[in-house]
Amino acid sequence: MGGPLIVSSALLEMRGIDKSFPGVKALDSVDFTLRSGEIHALMGENGAGKSTLIKVLTGVFPKDGGSIALEGKLIHPRTPLHAQTLGISTVYQEVNLVPTLSVAENIFLGREPTRFGSIQWRRMKAASEQALAKLDIQINVGRLLSSYSIAIQQMVAIARAVEIEAQVLVLDEPTSSLDKDEVRQLFAVMQKLKSQGLGILFVSHFLDQVFEVSDRITILRNGRLVGERQTSSITRLQLVSMMIGKSEDEVAVMASHNVRDLPTATGEPFLTATGLTKRGSVGPVDLQVRKGEVVGLAGLLGSGRTETAQIIFGVEHPDQGTIHVEGQPVRISNPRKAIRLGFGFLSEDRKMAGIIPNLSIRENIVLALQANRGWLRKISQRQQQELADRYIKALKIATPDADKPISQLSGGNQQKVLLARWLASQPKLLILDEPTRGVDVGAKAEIEGLVYQMCADGMAILFISSELDELLRDSSRLVVMRDRKKVGELSGDRLNSAELMNTIAAGGNER
Amino acid sequence: MNARLSRLGPWVWAVVSLALILVFNLVFTPGFFSIQARDGHFYGSLIDIANRAAPVMLVALGMTLVIATGGIDLSVGATMSIVGSVAALMVTKGHSPLAAILTACLFVALALGAWNGILVAVFKIQPIVATLILMVSGRGIAQLLTDGQIIQFHDPSLAYIGSGFLFKIPFSITVVVIVLLITAAVTRLTAMGLFIESVGDNPTASRYSGIDIRTVQLFAYAFCAICAGMAGLVATANTSAADANNTGLNLELDAILAVVIGGTKLTGGRYQLIGSIFGALVIQSLTTTILTKGLAIEFTLVVKALTVLAVCLLQSPQFRTKFRLPARSK
Amino acid sequence: MKKHLSLIATIAIFVLMVAGASLHYKGFFSFGVFLNLLRDNAFLGVAAVGMTFVILSGGIDLSVGGMIGFTSILLGVLITKHHFHPAAAIGLSVAIGTAIGTSMGYVISAFDLPPFLVTLACMFLTRGLALVISPDTIAIDHPWYDAVSSAKTALPLIFLTVLAVGLYIAHARPFGRAVYAIGGNADSAALMGLPVGKTKIKIYAISGLCSSIGGVLLTFYMSSGDPNAGRMLELDAIAAVVIGGTLLSGGVGSLVGTLFGVLILGVIQTAITFQGNINSWWTKIVTGILLFGFILLQKVFQLRKTDS
Repeated sequence: MGGPLIVSSALLEMRGIDKSFPGVKALDSVDFTLRSGEIHALMGENGAGKSTLIKVLTGVFPKDGGSIALEGKLIHPRTPLHAQTLGISTVYQEVNLVPTLSVAENIFLGREPTRFGSIQWRRMKAASEQALAKLDIQINVGRLLSSYSIAIQQMVAIARAVEIEAQVLVLDEPTSSLDKDEVRQLFAVMQKLKSQGLGILFVSHFLDQVFEVSDRITILRNGRLVGERQTSSITRLQLVSMMIGKSEDEVAVMASHNVRDLPTATGEPFLTATGLTKRGSVGPVDLQVRKGEVVGLAGLLGSGRTETAQIIFGVEHPDQGTIHVEGQPVRISNPRKAIRLGFGFLSEDRKMAGIIPNLSIRENIVLALQANRGWLRKISQRQQQELADRYIKALKIATPDADKPISQLSGGNQQKVLLARWLASQPKLLILDEPTRGVDVGAKAEIEGLVYQMCADGMAILFISSELDELLRDSSRLVVMRDRKKVGELSGDRLNSAELMNTIAAGGNER
Repeated sequence: MNARLSRLGPWVWAVVSLALILVFNLVFTPGFFSIQARDGHFYGSLIDIANRAAPVMLVALGMTLVIATGGIDLSVGATMSIVGSVAALMVTKGHSPLAAILTACLFVALALGAWNGILVAVFKIQPIVATLILMVSGRGIAQLLTDGQIIQFHDPSLAYIGSGFLFKIPFSITVVVIVLLITAAVTRLTAMGLFIESVGDNPTASRYSGIDIRTVQLFAYAFCAICAGMAGLVATANTSAADANNTGLNLELDAILAVVIGGTKLTGGRYQLIGSIFGALVIQSLTTTILTKGLAIEFTLVVKALTVLAVCLLQSPQFRTKFRLPARSK
Repeated sequence: MKKHLSLIATIAIFVLMVAGASLHYKGFFSFGVFLNLLRDNAFLGVAAVGMTFVILSGGIDLSVGGMIGFTSILLGVLITKHHFHPAAAIGLSVAIGTAIGTSMGYVISAFDLPPFLVTLACMFLTRGLALVISPDTIAIDHPWYDAVSSAKTALPLIFLTVLAVGLYIAHARPFGRAVYAIGGNADSAALMGLPVGKTKIKIYAISGLCSSIGGVLLTFYMSSGDPNAGRMLELDAIAAVVIGGTLLSGGVGSLVGTLFGVLILGVIQTAITFQGNINSWWTKIVTGILLFGFILLQKVFQLRKTDS
């Protein structure tokens, strides 16, 4: 734990913040302290509570308990707008500006300098140029925001935030869509603002960037504070182990569930991907999945795991690289083609890319199979009912009947229905992206058991998870990704958590 | 009782509204329910309502599918007038047999629907905008075809579609029943209905599940145009005259209204074919009631306006919380 | 430059059409014809100004035509049957029109309802009320009225004044920029602290104001109040706005474009009257083709933007 904090130098103090959502304790008595003139990184994996903490701070969510003090005064941010007026401004990854207006308008929207009610365009432009000059940016402020790169748009958002006289600047994953030079430019701006006395809260998934730019790091896990450290006094490996837990202990591998003992793990390759690359998103990635094998895709959030899966499933299109299925080269231009090749993809985004909320459990289960058969060859009502009943029983989906809308089920049961959707289509390759997220412990064990069973039946499985234990327990082999690239592969003896954490955390020499 | 009724299906409110209007008439309009047989045909207000609502019911069936995909089709009125004009011209100029007329009309409607469908599905143009193009120019095309004249024709076989009687009831009602059955069959005996609802409910998840969204949208717009074409035929055959200026004028609005009253949400998803039929009947029986009560026809528009507003407000969550109405079960 | 590409295309088409018509028809290229062009389309133009605000904010207003019919017959009845002074009658009916627009805006923003449905209801309501007031056309016979309607420049002047005020509001007032911002990205606009709800109410109030002024202009033009006036006029107004380069998805466009959109529709009409033997339905077909062209053009721009 970080040493006792000197209260007098704290700009922002969040103490004992609690926040619950139905069924989940998102934040459990979390403390966070930001000093003026520092860049403070907030780190943690999915579900750690980072974004909830930021949303509480910026007034998106009300907190259940705890206190927030800015310069020693208690504050209660009600809305993002209210937080802004208090001096807390946020710049998001997806720039929240109006692309169809000019740069100057975006900086001053809602606060335009006026005389007799008319906007003073010249004054506004001059002031905009000044605001941007403070960040060492010189651009034509009369041009449309959309004519500039995302990096510049972010700078404009920062300029707007600073212009509102922010004391606390929250940068929520600002670097996700920036290239190397743009990141450099952003960091220069951050250093400049820091020297002007601003407190900057920085969220990023890129370890290198965090080590490069931040002064201190606060680490959250599962809604709890793990610790606060000086950036200079912590190693990469320590940071990673604080984030993903289980320290350096060896994870006990449950014998009954060990896919590595299966004879099938040496089957023929089903999927071979070579040099998959999509500019600004992921790559290059080489990947092979054999029949009867679970390949785990490991890496921190934002390391390119989901993006890789999306390319394989045809949701996104690679700029480079080839995919072979059972030795034949294939072009997968959309999910329909992928399904025809025998793929299935359980997305991490259950709400957007998973459930059809108002349709019944039965309809949700048969959907992929039906889509693959085409609209003319309808699966008869009786067959649908049989399929639904079979999977409700096999996956222990808690529902009185198959005709209930899926939106009325709990998260875990929704996930099982979606799993059933893919199992019903009898895939040869199943991509599971965070299949156990937001699912209770019992359901989690059941899903893991299913993965084992499917593998034993000869299915090829690509398994993505943020939980190391789970990956180590359920994978035959691990592919490790960092900063959108594949950085290593672990199998046999090297399949242990120490080795895995080392590979994930390994130095920045590869950048 | 509120919740129990809702469980029967969202279309139940359309039935309740219709029942209320009919009960009102039962009490206040003597003779409203009487049905006389004359010349071997049935006559009476009820039959009149169904007969007059036929074009709206036909269009509403197709519109239901389009709305279920999350779209809208403003061009149905224009499609009606084009198809009506084509039919009339084939009789007057070509003396074509009925089968040829029907086939030609089907293809014309299909082409118009494909045009809308391609704009929406392939060019990804917002449905309101995409169908606005045909809405504006379609009526012009119909007027071009008919030279702006009302084209009267004499063809008993074609006229039968709009004004004939089968089993003593107007044949237009039979047409509605047939088209309803076809719509139900085409969407429910195949998986198209499931795909339509899925695409309207969550397009991204539908794509991930392997549904070809383009095909689904093309189908919906094409089918909607065919329904509009049938409505155009019925309306034209009913008067034995094609009036390019007025056939189907403002009918797209009535059809959309019928669909919304019938319990299909404007945002897409689950659709209610029966609900749309009842929605159209509600609108027509309101009109007929106003007329038989001796009120000026003008009041129908005002009543329609209030109906739209009421339906909209009842579907708005903000309105429900403000006035403490129970949330919809779904 | 790229910002104005759509507008340039609109103006180019207008110039081409005028040039073509001038070469083809004797006497087309004259001050008188242009004055008439403005006079004949003044009511459409004013309504289109309001529609531009609505569409810029990402909404749509189907009530324009109904509102024109309502205002028109209300004026007729007030002046002819109730012997109001025309100025008082105009003031009253424009005030009622604005109030109706404001209520639409309130319902849309307070209950988060689709503008399409709310303004559709309002279209039924206004048209119905118009017919309830009087199902028949009422001639307006008043010396004051005759004086205004016989002045050839009166209607064009009113149109251009409304346009100028609209331009000022759209480009020089914070409210105008808020309209663009809401249309450009409503969520961002709210996060940036703009009063989205209030702005929406004002937008529909402006549209109500404009369409009722349009109704007033039409009574000057026709010297009568007609409950059926302005049927389907919302379509012409939407077409003029879209042809003027305003994106139907909101956020991009200008009133200058709308002026040219209205003029293009007017030129088509005028050219057809000059031709004599061509029929009016060509107006609709050509309008549809232009609409298609511009929507496609906008789509191409959009696609190119997402590519870069």
